[in-house]
Amino acid sequence: MTVKNDNINVDPGELSGPVLYYNEIVIDHFLNPRNVGELEPDEKDGFCLVGDPFCGDQMKLWISVRSGRIAKIAFKSFGCPGAIATSSMLTTLAEGKTIEQAKLISDDDVIEALGGIPENKRHCSLLGVRALLAAICDYEQRRTEQE
Amino acid sequence: MIYLDYNATTPLHPRVLEVMLPFLQEKWGNPSSPYRFGNEARGAIERSRKRIAGYFGCKPCELVFCSSGTEADNLALRGVVHALKGKGNHIITSVIEHHAVLNTCKALEGEGFRVTYLPVTDNGVVEVAELEKVLDDETILVSVMHANNETGVVQPVEDIAALTREHGIIFHVDAVQTIGKLPRRIAELGADLITISGHKFYGPKGTAALYVRQGVPLGAVTTGGRQEHNLRAGTENVAGIVGFAEAVSLAFESVEAEGQRLRELRDRFEKQILALVPGVRINGAQASRVPNTSNMTFASVDGESIVLGMDLNGICISTGSACSTGDPEPSHVLRAMGISAREAQGSVRISLGRSTQETDIEAALMALKAVVERLRGISSIDGNGQSR
Repeated sequence: MTVKNDNINVDPGELSGPVLYYNEIVIDHFLNPRNVGELEPDEKDGFCLVGDPFCGDQMKLWISVRSGRIAKIAFKSFGCPGAIATSSMLTTLAEGKTIEQAKLISDDDVIEALGGIPENKRHCSLLGVRALLAAICDYEQRRTEQE
Repeated sequence: MIYLDYNATTPLHPRVLEVMLPFLQEKWGNPSSPYRFGNEARGAIERSRKRIAGYFGCKPCELVFCSSGTEADNLALRGVVHALKGKGNHIITSVIEHHAVLNTCKALEGEGFRVTYLPVTDNGVVEVAELEKVLDDETILVSVMHANNETGVVQPVEDIAALTREHGIIFHVDAVQTIGKLPRRIAELGADLITISGHKFYGPKGTAALYVRQGVPLGAVTTGGRQEHNLRAGTENVAGIVGFAEAVSLAFESVEAEGQRLRELRDRFEKQILALVPGVRINGAQASRVPNTSNMTFASVDGESIVLGMDLNGICISTGSACSTGDPEPSHVLRAMGISAREAQGSVRISLGRSTQETDIEAALMALKAVVERLRGISSIDGNGQSR
């Protein structure tokens, strides 16, 4: 997706050199990330810690599941602005969704909701998606063990 | 805006702009033209060359004007190894060089040259003993930078020059980060080839020079007309060269006083950041550094996030890393100093300059403290020295 700003008004493919620019939505999620933190012990139904082997970013994600829906979600992130913003947006997309709906959230969904991110930051959005899937997997595994 | 990234580039000094303007407006002739209008431009170039040579302690004919530090590095490396191909095929450089040198060496490896990359100490210093170990009969060129752009750490180029001279090996120094920062006459470094770049010391972008000690074998990289002693074809950037000379003059006039002022500001900044924020380390602090540069590692946060956080506070600083430009590898310089990939990822550089005042430093300190604290609050990594 194209990310434009007033200074550089060309498509990413036409850029002659490196540029890094985040739009206002991304900057908002970087400055005010949603659902940051940890869940209470009795709410932690699923958890995962994932790392991005591509750039060294790392994140933790917790979900609380009630009646088959993601009732609460929380994350912590060590990473670039792209990683923080995409993780934040992912949590807003996942919140309230059923487990099956949440599994379908893709990196493209996250990027679209953010109004685009720089091309070289696309991989950041995968980290959150992977984290959510892994936390859901953890939740399902725990439930199986309980049964 | 508070600009604290003077190692990236500097603004044009008003005095530089002033001397350039006539050559952009009235005296725009081609220096190679045969009439007096052209001669006027030629005269300006040669006067500028002589002026710079005076400050450098070299002969005017030992200076080749180029368009960038990168071009000068390319001319030095490619020019020497191609001229000396028959003599040997071994090049020695260091792991902390600028990409202008590193990627040129990589390209030369592709042409069949053998390249040895010298390691550095934990303080970011190339050791002469390491160089001595890898010199061999095939070695034709050594290239080591004067000061590193990321850490500001000064390299023992005079000692390296003594060694290469003893062995009859050509020595190139990329001194892009030291003009105007260290009070050294370029020729006194003892190197055979030295790169300098105008926009790093308040001259125009698109101007640079390669000092080529008389007698050093050098082949042209750019072919065409007979400009710059046949070493760099292409119509000269007359206004740029005139401005470049003025910038050199400025740099040498004020280097001692300005260096002292910046060193005091930098040292105060470092002392305060260490006191204000836990989990900070100054990289290369034990080594000799140029006075304006500080490279810091903040535990458990990402450098690019710090840079954006500072940008949103109106303060320009940079990461050591090139992740922001699509290269996910953390700084090759910090990694070479034994710093872990994760720590290197949390590193930023501030570099001060002529306009930097104490109030800028105070503002940067407060902003940096707030930005790092906020990022640590959302970080998934513990270990910043704070309880959570």
